[in-house]
Amino acid sequence: MSTTGQRGTTAQTEQNPAAPATSSLLGRALAVTAPAPSGHRGSTLLRHLIVAVVLVAVLIGVTYVLPQFQNYQLATVLAYLCATAGLTVLVGLNGQISLGHAAIMAVGGYTTAFVQNGLVSAGFTTTQKSVFGTPIETPAGWTIWVSLLVGMLASIVAGLLIGLAAARLRGPYLAGVTLAVGVVVPGITTTFKVFNGDQGVAMKTPPKPASLGASFPIERWQAWVAILIGAVVMLLLANLITSRYGRSFRAVRDDEVAAQLSGISVARTQIVAFVASCAAAGLGGSLFVFLVRNAQPGLFSLNLSLYLILAIVLGGLGSLAGAVWGALFIVYVPYLLERLGESVSASPATEQRLTGNLPLAIFGLALILVTILAPGGIQNLVRRIGGWLRGLTRRPAGE
Amino acid sequence: MDRFIFLTTDGLSKGAVYAAFALSLVLIWRAARIVNFSQGAIAIASAYLAYTTTVHTGSYWLGFLVAIVSGLILGVLVERTAMRFVSHERPLDSVIVALGVVLVIQAILGFFYGNEFRPAQAAFNREIMRIGSVAMLSQYDLFVFAAVALLVALLALLFARTRVGLRMRASAFAPEVSRLLGVNVTRMTTLGWALAAAAGALAAMLILPTELGLHPNAMDLVFVTSFTAAVVGGLDSPQGAVIGGLAVGLILNYVTGYTERPDLAQPAVLVLLLVVLLVRPGGLFSGVAARQV
Repeated sequence: MSTTGQRGTTAQTEQNPAAPATSSLLGRALAVTAPAPSGHRGSTLLRHLIVAVVLVAVLIGVTYVLPQFQNYQLATVLAYLCATAGLTVLVGLNGQISLGHAAIMAVGGYTTAFVQNGLVSAGFTTTQKSVFGTPIETPAGWTIWVSLLVGMLASIVAGLLIGLAAARLRGPYLAGVTLAVGVVVPGITTTFKVFNGDQGVAMKTPPKPASLGASFPIERWQAWVAILIGAVVMLLLANLITSRYGRSFRAVRDDEVAAQLSGISVARTQIVAFVASCAAAGLGGSLFVFLVRNAQPGLFSLNLSLYLILAIVLGGLGSLAGAVWGALFIVYVPYLLERLGESVSASPATEQRLTGNLPLAIFGLALILVTILAPGGIQNLVRRIGGWLRGLTRRPAGE
Repeated sequence: MDRFIFLTTDGLSKGAVYAAFALSLVLIWRAARIVNFSQGAIAIASAYLAYTTTVHTGSYWLGFLVAIVSGLILGVLVERTAMRFVSHERPLDSVIVALGVVLVIQAILGFFYGNEFRPAQAAFNREIMRIGSVAMLSQYDLFVFAAVALLVALLALLFARTRVGLRMRASAFAPEVSRLLGVNVTRMTTLGWALAAAAGALAAMLILPTELGLHPNAMDLVFVTSFTAAVVGGLDSPQGAVIGGLAVGLILNYVTGYTERPDLAQPAVLVLLLVVLLVRPGGLFSGVAARQV
């Protein structure tokens, strides 16, 4: 999975079977797999790593500036980001649709809660002093990392199972299966007693590390965990999509027959994409549960699956930057609208109806308009504005 | 045995509604190669308009008529204002725009009617009639069968026996050639949307009294179930939609009836969907696809 850039930029065309170049199909195959012109030299991994480290440092700095509630919001954005980034790789780069990614997040989240509680009842606890000075038993700090990791592994297994089915299905049939999964999995949590119905499973989260000091706010610690995990997910996905695998994803999306002719196994590529996407989404779900400290069906409803689709489309399908915009959008737009609704003095009944439904209407309209008028989403807009600004600054120099 | 008979007749009655809704999805799929994810939202909007009419006039049948007509109008509206402009290069786009339509419709309904359940009136008595000692059907079930049978018969007649039906089939099958031969293909597509939305509205009117009632999200699960039915049957096949709908209705009823666990019904439908699609990835009644290069 973690292929470095050097392998990624080697010519893919070697794999093409020697055949008469007159075949238009082969022409398509060549067009699909020709390496993208890239001006970058050196290790892509290193470049991504530097960007990731800088971003983590900036975000950690930001957590010292933001008030506590907004630190929690930032952590939520990063949890969404794991899911949207995973989904955009699947939908945008591999052309497979999943309308049930919230189900995968539920697998990750519930597993994390169960593993964490299991570790605690297995006795992995430490004794800390409470604020009153009395010693209390708390879960050991490292347990959360183990349970987050196992949550991700579980979502990988789930992704593999669905991916195996998905590799046989196309278009609306795949949409149908994933939609059914998205409905059924949250439903299962109310079927079996272990999941404790709508109330969900409370997770025994370890407290923040004592070394941070007593005055360190818990929300900032939560934001740190989310930043770290979000950065790792983005780093791995960024490497994946610039690697050989990433190019195979796009080749399969653009033309399955041509991809197959160039020696790419279509089914295997689709399964790899599904698994990678589900691993990221599962971590997102685990992060959600870590933040809420409770795994409950309401966190992973069908609506969440649809919101994830919305986020990646509005942000710009197929780009990780677009996934960032999308995650920001679905967290901050409802919040800002709610604040706006509070400031507008309407009758309480109208206000209540507006706050519930206005975000829905805006999301819906945005989806329709962006898909029809601006298929590149926010990221494309940003890119165009950037290009326009660069053009402005360059022109005087040229004249 | 008595229980089996009751579960079967009751399941067929539910399945008939799923079949009608699945049929509406197949209609649009055949006309425009789009899975209309907004079908449930259009149907529930029509049902709300019917509800308002019935509340104000006191007549159920006037409301019923309003539901069908507003289904026709909403279908045209959605096609002409949104779906028409979706590019066909990326098949995902139509799904996403349809989801956008769902959100807009649900927001409008939620704003005007609120997000609470409202009772949906049934046209006929829903008490179960007995033949001998065996519980069979209610008058309402008979009404459901009659309405769905009428719908299927009318659609079959339209497509097989009329000039409009022929044009619709032609423009779905070969749009370019049909256009050359003087068929107004875009109008045929719009007509397909109108008919499908009306069929969906009919299904909503039939199923809402048997469920919890009116709610902006009330058709979501019906959509998922009917979509499953349509996919099981093969999206291209109207017969498949009807048989798939009936099969899904029966399975839902048997599972809930015999296990007494309504929460197992949806997983059972998912299992059915997976088994059918893994054996036949294009659904049960799909034609053998020519290898496309």
